[in-house]
Amino acid sequence: MKLLILLSATEVATEAHAHATKEESHAVAEVAHDSTEAQTSTAVVKDSLATPVVAHETHVATEAHAEAGEHKVDAHAEHEAHLKHVLHQLQNKPWAALYVACIFFMLVSLGVLAFYAIQQVAQSGWSPVLFRVMQGITAYLPVGSVIFFVILILCGLHFNHLFVWLGEGVTEKGHENYDAIIAGKSGYLNFPFWIIRAAIFLIGWNLYRHYSRKNCLAQDEANDDSFYKKNFKMSAGFLVFFIVTESIMSWDWIMSVDPHWFSTLFGWYVFASFLVSGVTTICLITVYLKSKGYLEHVNTSHVHDLAKFMFGFSVFWTYLWFSQFMLIWYANIPEEVTYFVTRIQQYNLPFFGAVVMNFLFPVLILINTDFKRISWILVMAGVVILLGHYIDFFNMIMPGTVGDQWFIGVSEIASVLFFLGLFIYVVFTALTKVPLLAKRNPFIEESKHFHY
Amino acid sequence: MSNKVIYAIYNDDDILMDAVKKTRAAHHHIEDVFTPFPVHGLDKAMGLAPTRLAICSFLYGLCGLSFGTWMMNYIMIQDWPQDIGGKPSFSYIENMPSFVPIMFEETVFFAAHLMVITFYMRSRLWPFKEAENPDVRTTDDHFLMEVAVNNNEEELVSFFEKTGAVEVKVIEKH
Repeated sequence: MKLLILLSATEVATEAHAHATKEESHAVAEVAHDSTEAQTSTAVVKDSLATPVVAHETHVATEAHAEAGEHKVDAHAEHEAHLKHVLHQLQNKPWAALYVACIFFMLVSLGVLAFYAIQQVAQSGWSPVLFRVMQGITAYLPVGSVIFFVILILCGLHFNHLFVWLGEGVTEKGHENYDAIIAGKSGYLNFPFWIIRAAIFLIGWNLYRHYSRKNCLAQDEANDDSFYKKNFKMSAGFLVFFIVTESIMSWDWIMSVDPHWFSTLFGWYVFASFLVSGVTTICLITVYLKSKGYLEHVNTSHVHDLAKFMFGFSVFWTYLWFSQFMLIWYANIPEEVTYFVTRIQQYNLPFFGAVVMNFLFPVLILINTDFKRISWILVMAGVVILLGHYIDFFNMIMPGTVGDQWFIGVSEIASVLFFLGLFIYVVFTALTKVPLLAKRNPFIEESKHFHY
Repeated sequence: MSNKVIYAIYNDDDILMDAVKKTRAAHHHIEDVFTPFPVHGLDKAMGLAPTRLAICSFLYGLCGLSFGTWMMNYIMIQDWPQDIGGKPSFSYIENMPSFVPIMFEETVFFAAHLMVITFYMRSRLWPFKEAENPDVRTTDDHFLMEVAVNNNEEELVSFFEKTGAVEVKVIEKH
């Protein structure tokens, strides 16, 4: 893409490494970027010390350097470094596949939880008949959180190389893996602080889920609305906690796989992605339960409302996707734009395919009012949206962990199927535990007769 | 041939809805209903066809998108492809992100304005148009149903008096 043309001024100015072949030059440059994994020649490390930002960029435009070739590095050492780098990427593959699937399903249930809290606080009159469905879906949150937390700990114990900044010696001056940029961020990106933050976020979300469901059940048996009021206040508090922690979560768990890169609207972008997935999941499960005759009071108007949210949040996601992309593309600042250069070059189909699946398709199909009431259209649109947002998370995690070694193969599909199965098992088990209609919610009568 | 119509006047929208349903059930042809505010479900009760304004709007939006795309492509890529701040103007797709805000706004602009104009034309609204109130009270607190008379004047008058009308008038229309 022509993004590169704009970059080339910086690149040509870079002190280039000697390159035997184009392929090897590519490897060396990437090693400079991935300095944790770099067991590489000192020339490269020196480079990343002197001009860390530029060194980070080099892998974008290796071709530009290939011709420049100024100092000679032992071809053998370079080849070894290349192999090491690719090996790390390949070793990351199953881990990254597991990580993407795990965080995706956990965030889907978190998205449902956020949507549920919004419905509580907004005192919406249409959704109370769906509260038990939403609570059933959020039952996955505790399970998903535990597995996710274990994976984070395994990352910290160096079972994998998912997070470059968790690598050994990255912050140690003089160490061959030393990375000045990461070292500068180590006040925030260090394992103890990171894992404590993760624990606080996960515990906070799960506490809300637990007590909100408990109060909702207690409200069924109560004589007044005190539990409802408690839930209202708790939901308002949760939403404040949620939006702060969600933003930090997106830096910690997603943005930090590319620790040299940053974007201010990233938290919103991640939020939009899993919120629309959450609403879609509510819609799919509602349509399924309705088709089995378990949801007496849910009518096509409720489903229509969910479909409108799917439509609206899909557009919202696209708005943020484009805002992030266009601002960075337009300004074309080297330290920011590499993020998209790698994605466009190495992830072209998933990168733009996600926009087609998450925007073009749902917008064209869900714009029609009649279509928003037809089950098979909703199921079709919902499946495309969910797959599209899986690919969205794939696009966020994979380039920083496996680079150009990506493939949607056995490890990726197996991870998705594993978590999908677990999700379905946990959610539908939870749905059997309590009646599917809340009894004494103040808005339940309105909701039963909701008609749009 | 005389052109007589009945004006049945009501002062409550619930009574009006009931009257509309009864009139439809008795197969009297409702010419029009005048209300001071939108009565939810009245169009369904009268059996009016749904509006196609949204479909128009969608098509206008596509026109706007096409216009925006054509305009930017002609100006920025075909006519004078300058290098402005290093933006690639070799083909439309390469510089597309910077055109998206314009494409979006053109879409919304066309969809909104042409739809509104379509609405005005279809509902015959324009400045200096003569108002068509059959009774001035219908803009304030009364509801009026207009029904054609076909030699069944007495039957209709007694029918509407039973539907809760506060006033039933037979009018000669010109």
